[in-house]
Amino acid sequence: MTFFEKFTLIFTNAKYLDSMLTGLQMTLAISVGAALLGLVLGTVVALVGISTSKNPLMKVPKFICAVYVTVIRGTPMALQLFIMAFVVLAIRGFPVVVTAIIAFGINSGAYVSENIRGGILSVDIGQTEAGRSLGLSAGTTMWYIVIPQAIKNVIPSIGNELIALIKETSIVSMIGMYDLTAAAKNIGSGQNLANYLAPMTVAALFYLAIVYLLTFIIKKIEGRLRQSDRR
Amino acid sequence: MIDVKSLTKSFGSHLVLDHIDQHISPGEKVVVIGPSGSGKSTFLRCLNLLETPTSGSITFNGTEITDPKADINAIRRQMGMVFQHFNLFPNMTIRKNITLAPVLTKLMSQAEADDTATALLRRVNLAEKAEAYPAQLSGGQKQRIAIVRALAMKPKLMLFDEPTSALDPEMVGEVLAVMKELAEEGMTMVVVTHEMGFAREVGTRVLFMDEGHILEENEPQAFFAHPKEARTIEFLSKVL
Repeated sequence: MTFFEKFTLIFTNAKYLDSMLTGLQMTLAISVGAALLGLVLGTVVALVGISTSKNPLMKVPKFICAVYVTVIRGTPMALQLFIMAFVVLAIRGFPVVVTAIIAFGINSGAYVSENIRGGILSVDIGQTEAGRSLGLSAGTTMWYIVIPQAIKNVIPSIGNELIALIKETSIVSMIGMYDLTAAAKNIGSGQNLANYLAPMTVAALFYLAIVYLLTFIIKKIEGRLRQSDRR
Repeated sequence: MIDVKSLTKSFGSHLVLDHIDQHISPGEKVVVIGPSGSGKSTFLRCLNLLETPTSGSITFNGTEITDPKADINAIRRQMGMVFQHFNLFPNMTIRKNITLAPVLTKLMSQAEADDTATALLRRVNLAEKAEAYPAQLSGGQKQRIAIVRALAMKPKLMLFDEPTSALDPEMVGEVLAVMKELAEEGMTMVVVTHEMGFAREVGTRVLFMDEGHILEENEPQAFFAHPKEARTIEFLSKVL
């Protein structure tokens, strides 16, 4: 069989195709779940981080958020995944896909929070001063004036983070999960195709397609948000 | 209207305002001049607490605004502020820039705010720009919009922080004209500026600041004709 025949076989053989699509489904499930969790977590952590409240009660969450970002960004993803799967959520019958979503979501949240924090700080202080001088509260000014402008600054780096997240989910086979990468490895093994190049190429194309689609969507959103820049 | 008592502001060990006492009455047009770094902008920004005074007190219409329990948002609604760099909201149309605060503070309904915006825009001859974005406007137009945005809150006092310093020279006139009109209507104004012509023509009182002190103050004719302090004379000889 030539490479092309093996390549085609993955799409025509029901068993192989089914295997690939099952893996793809898992990759997408983890990615989407973790992305949503990461965005929510990241936003909350960023807002706590930039809060200038003088209330001493704010010191505790501020400290927790700082430790969270430092620890998560300072340790390998694979290690965090192992700790989540074999220690924290090592509960019989606990759905492993949820474990993966939590592990990747927590990881992503740390990076997203830094992106959002940077985005908010990049909005000119004059915007806040203008809002406050009009009698708007700090919260209202943040929500209606600063955050909409920060979102525009943040979209490209959030897009980067989502792309990195999708590809990083390929390590879930390390805790025995069956994602796109695991499917490709399985199809390429001796009992099946006995050739790794074709299934790996197919998996690569799937990843590429997802990332390409995501990039396209991000570009569209960016374009919409830049409307007010036109002169 | 505003009573400033022993106002002091320092940034770290740098003393910017040194025990300033000042009273501003309704209807006054107080023009604050002085070299850069003299504390004039900081003084102005203390009046609406964009800078928190280190010590001293400021009373506005009987309310001590430097009291930590004072509702600073409610007080700021009565004081408009115009900035050197306009600080229009770039992601909103001109109409939205003007109506945002009156609507969010429940001062007006959206319909009322829209009517107010239209009327104010007509006044500064920018009615056709209502749906434009700030990036599409010239500096002079942006500053006129910024003035109108502050006026939409129906303030009792207007603070101007070097409103023409960031403008091309040929656009200064149109902004000063709007401010002059506002002065003629009886608005109480505190203006930090380098426009000596405006100080002379529109001001009812000129304050000269240097190194955190109000060194000299007088009504404009006398101030420019017979400055008393050596530092004032030196400054005026350089700018006039």
